[in-house]
Amino acid sequence: MAETHGSTAMSATGTTGGTATTTRLLEVEGLSSAYGPVRALDGVSLSAEAGRITAVLGANGAGKTTLLRTISGLVRPVAGRVVLDGEDITKASVESMVGRGMAHVPEGRGVIAELTVDENLRVGALFRGKVGKDEFDRVYDLFPRIAERRNNAAHTLSGGERQMLVIGRALLAKPRVLLLDEPSLGLAPRIVAQIFGLLRQLVDAEGLSVLLVEQNARSALSVADVGVVLNLGRVVVTDSASTLMGDEDLRHAYLGF
Amino acid sequence: MDYFVNVTITGLTQGIIYSAFALALVLIWRSTRIVNFAQGSMAAATTFIALALIQAGQSYWVALVVALVSGFVLGALVERVIIRPVEGGPELNAVIVTLGLFVAIQALIAIIFGSSFQSFPTPFGVRGFQVGGSTIPLTPTSLYVIGSVLITMALLVALFRFTRVGLAMRASAFSQEVARLLGVKVGGMLTLGWGLAAVVGSLSGLLIAGGGFVYPAYMDSLIVFGFVAAIIGGLDSPVGAIVGGLILGLALSYVNGYVERGSALVSVAALVILIVVLLVRPGGLFSSTTARRA
Repeated sequence: MAETHGSTAMSATGTTGGTATTTRLLEVEGLSSAYGPVRALDGVSLSAEAGRITAVLGANGAGKTTLLRTISGLVRPVAGRVVLDGEDITKASVESMVGRGMAHVPEGRGVIAELTVDENLRVGALFRGKVGKDEFDRVYDLFPRIAERRNNAAHTLSGGERQMLVIGRALLAKPRVLLLDEPSLGLAPRIVAQIFGLLRQLVDAEGLSVLLVEQNARSALSVADVGVVLNLGRVVVTDSASTLMGDEDLRHAYLGF
Repeated sequence: MDYFVNVTITGLTQGIIYSAFALALVLIWRSTRIVNFAQGSMAAATTFIALALIQAGQSYWVALVVALVSGFVLGALVERVIIRPVEGGPELNAVIVTLGLFVAIQALIAIIFGSSFQSFPTPFGVRGFQVGGSTIPLTPTSLYVIGSVLITMALLVALFRFTRVGLAMRASAFSQEVARLLGVKVGGMLTLGWGLAAVVGSLSGLLIAGGGFVYPAYMDSLIVFGFVAAIIGGLDSPVGAIVGGLILGLALSYVNGYVERGSALVSVAALVILIVVLLVRPGGLFSSTTARRA
């Protein structure tokens, strides 16, 4: 028991070089996907570590969303593999991913508009069987704004509230890896900062690994540990977020700021 | 006044059967965006199964249960085997498949059970109750019809509202991709949905048959009225299906009862009501399209 605690603490801090093999929760190796003859991903390799936010950046059409959709099985790759915590999940069903510890919040918020806020959360916890009320309360404590509206239909929520709902819903799945697709899309900068700040706290406190896809590179790099820049389906550069932030040429060429 | 009450009771009894049939259509439309034109002949098939059992000496109630169960199996099989391959493709493909199935099942019924008229029993009397010296058209059978549809609807509401499976089915119906990402086995939920819809459809087929005659195409008029009821209600709303069925049942009963030679106008009246509703509210009375777009 004491040992288990020790290793969790290690992986939670996660920055020491020696633990790299154990903290690489998600590994993507040479992943390629195609829509008909159009290749959307071309041999993409990257890894996401526990306790870290890995930002995947790039222009529209760079393959960011396809990358997440291929990782979670919504798109089947033509080559390469996806390994979650040592297990090859390339051919695993989409439905089994949350059970394996990986939650995917799709682009466009992914709320089920016709269900209430509370029902949305309950759907997120269905696969786990009985889930205590305290876990729902914890999500509502994190996001008091959606707590006030728990019995309202989700389509009545604002964009920021929807984002809070889907992140809260993903957390109820108790994932070790969280895939987030464009959470800042269409949100006011203040809300984006609030959501990213909260994400940082969760990652630091629980050793969660986040793979964050963003067009808004500046905000993403301000919260991420590592940045991966995609262009036309290929990885252009992988480096620490601070280095990418400081590389003016790269920023101009690929990140647009 | 008595006459008005009588016509109203007749309308409600008929209307609630339209409601049940419309509800079956709505359940499938909500979960798979497919209009199941085969619903009527699927229901007819299960009614003939019930009839075969009754003719073999079984009680009405045994036949009813077997028919509803076989309705569930038939609905689930149709989804798994016939609909699944065309799901997600162009919408017209699925429509053509259900139309083909409609014709095929009806032909199969004629081959297996024959195409002659056969009487179908009802478990209760068809004589009206006596109120003050006069007979009203409220019969034990009509109470059974109304009661069984209401019980079925209450069970469905309870399933969707209070159970985990019901929540998973609603999530799958509204957003397949999100539901899959949340670990819901969407394929199983769709099969279950088709099965349940077919049970409700079968019930309407058994009820409309009760005390009358059945033949392979006996569901045809109910199919038309059921579709009209579903579209009046908005096709997307279970409550709309029920209200649509009752409105249509009442309206047709008044046309039949108050308009000269009204019985000949019933089918026309159904279509006139449909057109008027669609002119005033193109999405149907209980349409939620505006809410969805927001």
